[in-house]
Amino acid sequence: MNKVLLIIQREYITRVRKKSFIIMIFVVPLLILGMTGIIALVAKNTSELSSEQVVNVIDQSNVFAGKLHNVKNIKFQPTKQSLEEAKAGLQGNEDLSLLLIPANYTKVPVQIFSKKKPSFKLTQEVENQMNTIATTKSMVEHHIDTAFLNTIKKNKISISAMEVTATGTKDANVGPTMLVGIACAIFIYLALFIYGAQVMRGVIEEKTSRIIEVIISSVKPFQLMLGKIIGVGLVGLTQFTAWIVLSIIATKIAGQAFSSPQSPMMGALAVLQTIPFGYILGCFLFYFITGYLLYSALFAAVGSAVDSETETQQFMFPITLPLLFTYILSVSVLFQAPDSPLAVWLSIIPFTAPVAMMVRIPFGGVAVWQLALSMSLMVIGFLFTTYVAARIYRVGILMYGKKASFKELAKWFFYKE
Amino acid sequence: MLSIRNIVKQYAGHRALSDVSLEVEKGQIYGLLGPNGAGKTSLIRIINQITAPDSGEVYFNGQKLNQNHIERIGYLPEERGLYKKMEIGEQMIYLARLKGLSRAEATQRLKFWFDKLGMETWWKKKIEELSKGMQQKAQFVATVLHEPDLIILDEPFSGFDPVNAEIIKDEILELNRKGATILFSTHRMESVEELCDAIALIHKSHKILDGKVKAIRRSYRNDTYLVEYAGEKLSFDGNQPFDVVSELTGDDNTHTIRLKLNGNNTSNDVLQYLIPQTRINMLQEVIPSMNEIFIEKVNLIA
Repeated sequence: MNKVLLIIQREYITRVRKKSFIIMIFVVPLLILGMTGIIALVAKNTSELSSEQVVNVIDQSNVFAGKLHNVKNIKFQPTKQSLEEAKAGLQGNEDLSLLLIPANYTKVPVQIFSKKKPSFKLTQEVENQMNTIATTKSMVEHHIDTAFLNTIKKNKISISAMEVTATGTKDANVGPTMLVGIACAIFIYLALFIYGAQVMRGVIEEKTSRIIEVIISSVKPFQLMLGKIIGVGLVGLTQFTAWIVLSIIATKIAGQAFSSPQSPMMGALAVLQTIPFGYILGCFLFYFITGYLLYSALFAAVGSAVDSETETQQFMFPITLPLLFTYILSVSVLFQAPDSPLAVWLSIIPFTAPVAMMVRIPFGGVAVWQLALSMSLMVIGFLFTTYVAARIYRVGILMYGKKASFKELAKWFFYKE
Repeated sequence: MLSIRNIVKQYAGHRALSDVSLEVEKGQIYGLLGPNGAGKTSLIRIINQITAPDSGEVYFNGQKLNQNHIERIGYLPEERGLYKKMEIGEQMIYLARLKGLSRAEATQRLKFWFDKLGMETWWKKKIEELSKGMQQKAQFVATVLHEPDLIILDEPFSGFDPVNAEIIKDEILELNRKGATILFSTHRMESVEELCDAIALIHKSHKILDGKVKAIRRSYRNDTYLVEYAGEKLSFDGNQPFDVVSELTGDDNTHTIRLKLNGNNTSNDVLQYLIPQTRINMLQEVIPSMNEIFIEKVNLIA
C-alpha cells in the first residue's frame, strides 16, 4: 500500500509542477472573467442607443400624429413628404428612419424603413407607443374614462415562473437551469476525456521509455496502474478546486464591475444564486470521480496495448462512443426533456450516467431512487472496468511490437498470472 | 541462495522455458548463457516476479519466492529506460524508495554512488539531457542502490563503451566481493570465462548445460595437447604415444604439433618419447573455450 502512495505522489507532483498546469489554473478563470465582461458590455450597449435616431412619421390614419412622444435618443417628427420622397431621403443618413402608418392600420401592417436594420430598441419603442395610443383610442371610443385608464396603465406586470414541489414553492428559472445543465454536461465530458487521456499518455510513456520493467520488478502492475489513475485524478480535482474558487471570485468581480442593479445581467446572476450549487457540486464531484475511475481504467488498458499514441485510435473510438453519444444527446435533446425515459435510462447506465445525470441534476427532478441506483451502478461499473483493465494492462505493458487487436486483448484478459 | 525448480513457461505461440532447473549459490557470479530468444529474459522475469511460471517453483534463500523478496533483488533489464523528463537524482530516489528504502537513506547512498562514479553534477539533470552511456551508468546505480543480495543483470555490458564497461565490471566484482550474488545473462561468451564462477546454458527453452565453469571445461577435456619444440622437424613412424592432429612450423626453427593421446598414455609419456629427440619449449593441454563448448552443444541439439 505504501508503494501505491509513492506512485500517487510521483504522478501528482510531476504533473502539478509543470508550467502548463499552473498556467491553466489561471487562464481558465481569466477567460471566464473576460467572457462575462464582454457579455455584460454587449448587453449594456444593445440596451441603449448610441446616437439620436430621427423617425419621420407618415401617418395616413391621422390617429398617431403628435401623440408619439420623444424619448431619450429617439425623436419623432411628422412629415408631409410623399412615401417615395421620404424613402429617397433615407439613403443619406443612417440614423434616420421612416415610419409608415397606413390608414387602415389594424388590418395592414405598419412599416418602418431605414438604411440599416433598425435596432431592436427602436422598433420596440415604436411598437409600445403605438399600441398604447391605439388601445387608448379604442377605449375612448368605447366610452371608458381616460382618467380611469391612466390609473390602470400604472400596472406593470412581470412573470416569474414558480415551481411547486414537496418542500415548497421555488423559482423555476428555466433558462439559467438549462445553461447550468449543459455547462455541467460539457464540463464533465471534457474532464473525463482530458484526464483519461493523461492516464493513457502516462502509460504509453512508461512503456515506450521502457522504464516499465524496472518499476514492475518493484511493484505489481495493478499497484502501478492504480497509483497512476489516482494520482492523475487528484491532479484533476486540484485543478477543478482551483478553477471553482477562482471563478467564483472572478464572477463576483465581474458582477460588481459591469452590472448596474437593473441590468439583465444582475437578474441572471440573482437567478443563478437560487440554484442549489452545493447539491450540484456534490453530484458533480461524485460523477467526476466515479466516471473518471471507470473511463481512465479503460484508457490505461488501451495505453498498455499500444506502442505509440498514434495506434490508440482503433481502441479509443469504441470506448469513447457512449460518452460522445450522451454528450451530443445532452446538448441537443436531453436538457429540454430532463425527465424523459431516454434521459432517465441514460443517467442510470454507468457508461453514460456521468454526462446524462449532470444534465438532469440542475433541474432538480431526479428521484432519490434513480440517483441512488445510478450512483451504485457507477461504483459497480468502475470496479468492473478496473478489474478488466488491470488484466489487460498487466500483459500489455510487456508486449512490444505486436499489433494489438480486440481479439488479442480478449486473449490477454484470460492469461494466467 | 536461488533455486529454480522445473520451471515451465508457455506463451501463446511458443514455449519459452521447458522444465528448467538451476541452483545459484550465495556469493557466486552466475552466467545465464544462450542465443537470442533462448528464454533467458523469460527466466529473469520470473525470478523478478514480473511474470509467473505455468509450473515449477523458485526458492530464494530457502523460502518460496514472494513479494518480500522484491526488495532483496536488484534488476537491470536488457531494455534500459528511465523517465525521460524527470530529474535524475529525484528519479533514483523514487526507484530506491519503491524498493523499500527511506528517503534519507536513499539520498545518502545516492550521494556515495554519484561521488564514486563521478556523477556529482548530474543530480538536477533530466534523463533526456544525458548521453546513452551516462543513462546506462545512472540505471546501473538505480539497480544497486538498495544494496540487494541478488543482482540480476540482463546483458549488462551492451551499450557501454569499453572504458565504462570496465568501470561497471569492476563495480560488479566489488559488489560481489562484498557478498552480493550476481546473476547475469549474456550471449557474449568471452565475458563468461573472465567473470563467472558458474553458468547455465539455455537453448530453445531447454537448459542444456550447467555447473561451475572450471568443472565444465574440465569435463570437455579430450586429451588434446599442444607441444612446441625447437630443432629439426621430427617425423613420426606410428609408434609414438599419440596421434598428430596438425603440425605447424613457426619462426626460429620451432614447430608446433597439436596432438591427441592414444591408448592409455599420458602427457608424461609424450614428453618421455620426445625429450631424447628434440628440445621442448612448451606443452599445454588444450581445453575447449566456453565459446567452443557453447557452439558444439548448440550444434549438437540442432
